[in-house]
Amino acid sequence: MKVLICLDFQDGHLKNSTQELLTVAGASGAEIITVAFGNGADKISDLGDWGIQKHYAGTSGALAKPSPEAYTDAIHKVLASENCDVVLGSSTTVNKDVFPRLAIRMDGAFISDLTELKLAPFAARRPMYAGKCTAAVNIKDGVKKFLLVRPNQLTISNPKKGRAPEVATVDGAATGTELTDVAGGSTKTLDLTEANIIISGGRGLKEADKFKLLYDMAEPLGATVGASRAVVDLGWVPHSMQVGQTGKTVAPSLYIACGISGAIQHIAGMSSSKVIVAINTDEKAPIFQKSTYGIVGDIFEIAPALTEEFKALK
Amino acid sequence: MRIFVCIKQVPDTETRIKLSADAGKIDEAGIKWVINPYDEFAIEEAIKFKEANPSAQVTAITVGPKARVNNALLTAMAMGADDSILIDSTESLDGVQTAKALAAAIQKEGGAHLIYAGKLSIDGSTSAVGPMLAELLKIPHVSVATEITYSGSALTIKREVEGGTMETYKVNTPALIAANKGLNKPRFASLPGIMKAKKKPIKEIPTSDLGVTGANSAVSFSQFELPKERAACKMIAGDAKAQAKELVRLLREEAKVL
Ligand SMILES: Cc1cc2nc3c(=O)[nH]c(=O)nc-3n(C[C@H](O)[C@H](O)[C@H](O)COP(=O)(O)OP(=O)(O)OC[C@H]3O[C@@H](n4cnc5c(N)ncnc54)[C@H](O)[C@@H]3O)c2cc1C
Ligand SMILES: Cc1cc2nc3c(=O)[nH]c(=O)nc-3n(C[C@H](O)[C@H](O)[C@H](O)COP(=O)(O)OP(=O)(O)OC[C@H]3O[C@@H](n4cnc5c(N)ncnc54)[C@H](O)[C@@H]3O)c2cc1C
Repeated sequence: MKVLICLDFQDGHLKNSTQELLTVAGASGAEIITVAFGNGADKISDLGDWGIQKHYAGTSGALAKPSPEAYTDAIHKVLASENCDVVLGSSTTVNKDVFPRLAIRMDGAFISDLTELKLAPFAARRPMYAGKCTAAVNIKDGVKKFLLVRPNQLTISNPKKGRAPEVATVDGAATGTELTDVAGGSTKTLDLTEANIIISGGRGLKEADKFKLLYDMAEPLGATVGASRAVVDLGWVPHSMQVGQTGKTVAPSLYIACGISGAIQHIAGMSSSKVIVAINTDEKAPIFQKSTYGIVGDIFEIAPALTEEFKALK
Repeated sequence: MRIFVCIKQVPDTETRIKLSADAGKIDEAGIKWVINPYDEFAIEEAIKFKEANPSAQVTAITVGPKARVNNALLTAMAMGADDSILIDSTESLDGVQTAKALAAAIQKEGGAHLIYAGKLSIDGSTSAVGPMLAELLKIPHVSVATEITYSGSALTIKREVEGGTMETYKVNTPALIAANKGLNKPRFASLPGIMKAKKKPIKEIPTSDLGVTGANSAVSFSQFELPKERAACKMIAGDAKAQAKELVRLLREEAKVL
């Protein structure tokens, strides 16, 4: 078996989400080749640890900036010379643009958001109905698999073996879409879909400014702040922070719900978190039924007290 | 100018999922079916486009069992779509087969100026059908769109990716746009709209006319499971300070997540 992995890296290192994919591929005994795009894609420092045979880097032309179209073209070119059975990536916005197109172009099968994965023999599961249940994924034998895995779901075990792979250059073109601007965004905190700890706020916070209490709490933990739809609809926070059936589905190690009642649509998006903490003034709030630990209390008193405790951990 | 809106019918978000006896799928008894929430933004955007370009013809298109999806098309037409195409299928089609059915039907109609879809469905949630359809039609796509500015054949589209980064893309028609929440505020179907919808045409195309069958689906699902029930919630008593202290202790020593 031969596997192509699309790498995500930051500051010259492989992201954890990518290391999860490398671990899965390594465990299967497959031959591993990799591809990465953008500035620095040819200089990832920890590539040598994973037994990668060959690395393709696309750093110039249309591949210099984010371009789902050029990435698709480039990966297609790599696959033309490397006959891979499986192509793996993390379930990111860009990969969700690229992988479905590749599946069509190469007559393969595509599935996203895997939360469990083994390659030999193939076994995978994913959430369905936005987290209300899960299902096993079956793919017909002999069909090329284009698979996206949710970050933060699989274990990482770095074999620390081998040597830095041969690096080849790949190019890709974009003729239909052009990225004209990239703005904002912070690389300081992880995205909700990658975060290990999430602190979410709901209508119980009473007003937009009070989200500061949650950011203060998140800071010492390196946590990411999320929200219920109610406060997104109120315009307190952007939709990108919404957790739930019509927001992001998340599964961190620790999810702290502050002033969130626990509506079915919210639960769908976070119920597979390892540990759930609910802080709510109403002891009958449904969120407590889904939680590991519960505090009946006023978030305006609990949040500052927790912030002090979290700071003391450092 | 032909505009297509791809809509999928999904279980209402209030639905409590139950599994079939063999856990091979969900038990659909009693489910209330609605238009996929992201597809409502797609419909609204298509209608707004038509309001700005009166010569445009907006066609809602869906793949699914006729007995239920007919309603989704009626709703789309009550909101303002001109007509509909119903690709009747009771088989479970994977993303590739679904996209192939949509592509073949759109080609039969002479192609599209613009296609709107949702960024994902809230049941299957693969985020696949939009980009696959665009690939089959050999047109560009931009997904997760939260803002579209139209200027002749050029579209400027904003979308948000991981970490809150806003990307702006330029594409030319024909193109496919997959909508995210925030793109617009979907209108409700008005009473006159609902009356009018009943007279609007729904063209039915069997999947066999489009070269698509369930047997060609490479992907299937089985062994459905509901989330594991959690042990009863451990309630932490005391004043705020004591509660905070005890919670951190439990998170460290018992749950080992800090
Ligand atoms: C189609 C559709 C899709 C939806 N999708 C989503 C989704 O993706 N995500 C989502 O979250 N929701 C979604 N919803 C909305 C969902 O049904 C609920 O309305 C929403 O989750 C409620 O948000 P909330 O818990 O913040 O607010 P509320 O339900 O109003 O709860 C506020 C809670 O705060 C508590 N509280 C009040 N004061 C304090 C205090 N001082 N300290 C501590 N606690 C306090 C209250 O006891 C209460 O439990 C969707 C709804 C629909 C119809
Ligand atoms: C119970 C159940 C059984 C399923 N069985 C299978 C199976 O056997 N094999 C398999 O691979 N998948 C199956 N699916 C997943 C899914 O129904 C199909 O893959 C389907 O083709 C669309 O994928 P999606 O729901 O992930 O939509 P997405 O790709 O997430 O949808 C994105 C957008 O594409 C458009 N779109 C999607 N579907 C349609 C449609 N039917 N008509 C018109 N527009 C559409 C909409 O605009 C939508 O917003 C099943 C899903 C469920 C809930």
